[in-house]
Amino acid sequence: MNKDPAWLRESVNNPLSARRTISDTARLLAALKLDGPLLIGIGLIVLYSLVVQYSASGQSVTTIVRTLERIALGTVIMLSLANCSPNFLRRLAPWLYVIGILLLIVVDVVGHIGKGAQRWLDLGLIRFQPSEIMKLAVPMMVASLLHERPLPPDWRALLVVAGLVLAPVALVAMQPDLGTAMLIAVAGFLVILMAGLQWQIIALLAVMAVGAAFVGWNFMHDYQRERVRVFLDPQSDPLGSGYHITQSQIAIGSGGVFGKGWMNGSQAQLEFLPESSTDFIFAVIGEEFGLVGLVVLLILYLFVVSRAVFLASQTSDTFARLLAASIAFTFSVYMLINTGMVTGLLPVVGVPLPLVSYGGTAAVTLLAGFGILMGLHSHRKRMGS
Amino acid sequence: MSQPVRIKDQWAEGRLFVSRSVIGMTLVFLLSATLVAQLVWLQIIRHDYFLDQAQGNRVRRDPIPASRGLIRDRHGTIMVDNQPTYQLELIREQTPNLEDTLTRLQALGMLNTEQLDQARRAIKARRIFDSVPIRLNLSDEEIGRFAVHRHEFQGVDLRTRQTRHYPFGQLGVHAFGYVSAINEEELKKLDRASYAGTTLMGKLGVEAAYEDPLHGRNGYSEILVNAQGRSVERQGAYHPVLKSEPPVAGRDLMLSIDLPAQRAAEEGLGDRRGAVVALDPSNGDVLVLASRPGFDPGAFGRGLTRAEYATLTENIDKPLLNRALRGAYPSGSTIKPAMALAGLHYGVLDPDKREFCSGEFHLPRSAHMYREGKGGKHGGVNLVDAIAVSCDVYFYSLAATLGVDRIANFLSPFGLGQLSGIDISGERPGLLPTPQWKKKIFKHPADQVWFPGETVNLGVGQGYLQVTPLQLAVMVSVIANRGHSFQPRLLTGLLDAEGKVTPVESVKRPDVDGVTSEQWDIVLQGMIGATTRGTAAAIGRGSSYPIAGKTGTAQVFSIAQNQKVSARIENERLRDHSWFIAFAPADKPRIAIAVLVENGGFGASVAAPIAKRVMDAYLKMDTGVPPT
Repeated sequence: MNKDPAWLRESVNNPLSARRTISDTARLLAALKLDGPLLIGIGLIVLYSLVVQYSASGQSVTTIVRTLERIALGTVIMLSLANCSPNFLRRLAPWLYVIGILLLIVVDVVGHIGKGAQRWLDLGLIRFQPSEIMKLAVPMMVASLLHERPLPPDWRALLVVAGLVLAPVALVAMQPDLGTAMLIAVAGFLVILMAGLQWQIIALLAVMAVGAAFVGWNFMHDYQRERVRVFLDPQSDPLGSGYHITQSQIAIGSGGVFGKGWMNGSQAQLEFLPESSTDFIFAVIGEEFGLVGLVVLLILYLFVVSRAVFLASQTSDTFARLLAASIAFTFSVYMLINTGMVTGLLPVVGVPLPLVSYGGTAAVTLLAGFGILMGLHSHRKRMGS
Repeated sequence: MSQPVRIKDQWAEGRLFVSRSVIGMTLVFLLSATLVAQLVWLQIIRHDYFLDQAQGNRVRRDPIPASRGLIRDRHGTIMVDNQPTYQLELIREQTPNLEDTLTRLQALGMLNTEQLDQARRAIKARRIFDSVPIRLNLSDEEIGRFAVHRHEFQGVDLRTRQTRHYPFGQLGVHAFGYVSAINEEELKKLDRASYAGTTLMGKLGVEAAYEDPLHGRNGYSEILVNAQGRSVERQGAYHPVLKSEPPVAGRDLMLSIDLPAQRAAEEGLGDRRGAVVALDPSNGDVLVLASRPGFDPGAFGRGLTRAEYATLTENIDKPLLNRALRGAYPSGSTIKPAMALAGLHYGVLDPDKREFCSGEFHLPRSAHMYREGKGGKHGGVNLVDAIAVSCDVYFYSLAATLGVDRIANFLSPFGLGQLSGIDISGERPGLLPTPQWKKKIFKHPADQVWFPGETVNLGVGQGYLQVTPLQLAVMVSVIANRGHSFQPRLLTGLLDAEGKVTPVESVKRPDVDGVTSEQWDIVLQGMIGATTRGTAAAIGRGSSYPIAGKTGTAQVFSIAQNQKVSARIENERLRDHSWFIAFAPADKPRIAIAVLVENGGFGASVAAPIAKRVMDAYLKMDTGVPPT
């Protein structure tokens, strides 16, 4: 209906009509079960990513087309999931979880036979990573389980959900894909955290983590220790393991406040920066758009996270609240881990910058998650308490 | 928590959720603030540092070597130049089938089995887009053979490299020196920017002494490289401004060396060990600086193998020793003209008085016998005769009368016991012995005493006296020019790109004062006598120009008191060294020369003909009539 040129003329001539257009749009979004502000935030990030990917990939139109394909696919999935009722999603959760587990086992077995790392499942037409499903299936499963129980959860419930989280984490870790395994664990753990896990237990877990790290250091192979050392001091091995982080810091640092300009980053354009359009795309932004470009992106991210958490708080049942908050905070964790790694605050782990890095099905999964989140929010009234 | 049955409390859960959300959002904002702090650190505080790093990453300076200056003789003949050598280079990424290509190169005879292995290793060690040298120093025939088949070898090409070339081979190697690889010590002292890309530098002789003008200054061009080091056109959409600086070519050197004379000297020496130094007495120009045996200077530029170097250093003929500058020998009788001048200067000598030579000399109250060098006796000789026939007894007596201090004082301005100041490095000062020297050098008081007999020996150029061929050439040029002389120098001018010569001024040496014109004449008569009726009459006879000369025979071993002088030493290496000094034409000297032939025996028979040959070549006289 927006395509009518008469509408355009009318909206220019008559501001009242423009207001009507806004309310029309709001009505459309409501019909689609979407949230306007969140959608705008996501849309701006995606637009930004297209601009940066074009430069980072060396002006590759193919890259942009493929990204647009994925965004389109993600949008379709987002729309579909946004229109699913929370009850349906809650009932869907166990099935999705079980199917995901089975697929992970298949992948592991195929990988074992093929004697190599195996993450993909080739279904002829499309190849996809079952581990991506688990990024959503695990929090859905945990949230649906905790939905039934009084919160904060007792230790029996905790043991069950811990098992539900760790099983797929272990399967993914065996592929081996430690980065994704960690993200799945984060998604599941965030649900438990939002459900009101006692601080004592959190403190206990933290102490155990430190202890494990201490013990682990003594059991580590030399090359693993080397990685930790390089994280602590990247310059100690600038051409070996520290190469990524050294080049990434050079890219960001040399960008300065305003950057070298679009497609002018020498680090990215001359291939000094490895994985410049995927995991290290944040450094490309830092080099070409400077501190200003990075802060703009950070503000967009924080807006999306804030809006998502706000939407989560507006939902009215436990399942919706827990799942929505998990999706929102997982998104922020992705963002913080990637930016921390690229700037040298965290060790190098394979976590892409959400919605900006090129490749994989990560963006599709993220959009699917936002679809669920918006659906949970827009279906809240019908659920009445 | 211990309630038996817990029911869901929606309100409490809502509050719990909100508090967790607030904590979560707070954490997210705090961590984001940390991130911003890190960004400020990287992008503002350390911005300059990282900017430098990025610049170093992307821009590489490719050196453009300056072409090394040529070395010419006094007539402009090129003695040392640069020549391209051809080598085969291979670029792996342009070679469709590497193994097949190498095998076919072997079949074509361009690589032997050993070179094939080396080539494989070299290719493996470099990047795929690097042009890797797989075969160096191709012969003309090999270049031709490859050129015919070039189209069959995609990715393989002929490349040139400038190397130092010596058109006359070993000729003058001890004067010109050579270039070889710059070592780490030298690298520290060099101007790195000017030498970037240069691997060779002058190490000896003129090549070393005039390294700066010969080298010039290397230029560079900046190129944009990507992370693999491959040169690229642009950086994304941006064409950066790249700097470049053209090289400044080295300057050509104009030397004082006279190629025909130099060649005559080296051919005259032939396979014998020895040295020839000839000077222009009027300005110090070094006309000849020869030392034999020589060596191939090109080998040092190509890089000597350990075995090749060992062959040179362990050779008992010591080809690397520059005998002209560093060979120190007793002067033998060549000292006599200067000794005669000392006697005349101090007035202890009546030149016309005939002294009787009985073939033996005794110091008063001493039984020690000083014999005539070649045995025999001269009977009555005046000063002119004594020089001409080289009468030892006459000069034993003269030296004893003069005393060592007066001898040393007078001989010093002739250049003995001191560096001549020649413009290439490595010369030895030799030794003009004095009682003070002996006191300083010996530890035991008994050894520190200067014995009168040592003065007697000095009179005929034996004993402690050590001179180099260069020093004798300076000495004879002082006599030729009657007391005035110049520091020997090889460089007479620098040529610029247009061929214009910037001349180098001669540097005067201290004069020999207090010798009258008549006294110079007397010594000149003695030296002319030597070549007309005396010890070197063989070369004077039939010479179209008058020569003033003096033979010398330096003892390698002093002969025991009671040994028969005529006892010929069997071992060739224990034979006496043969000296000859001369200047010509005697009335108007244009060349002053000193010739040394190690273990040559009597000076007149070996060294004098070589000197004649060199003088002929330089004066363009008597050529075609080989001296006997």
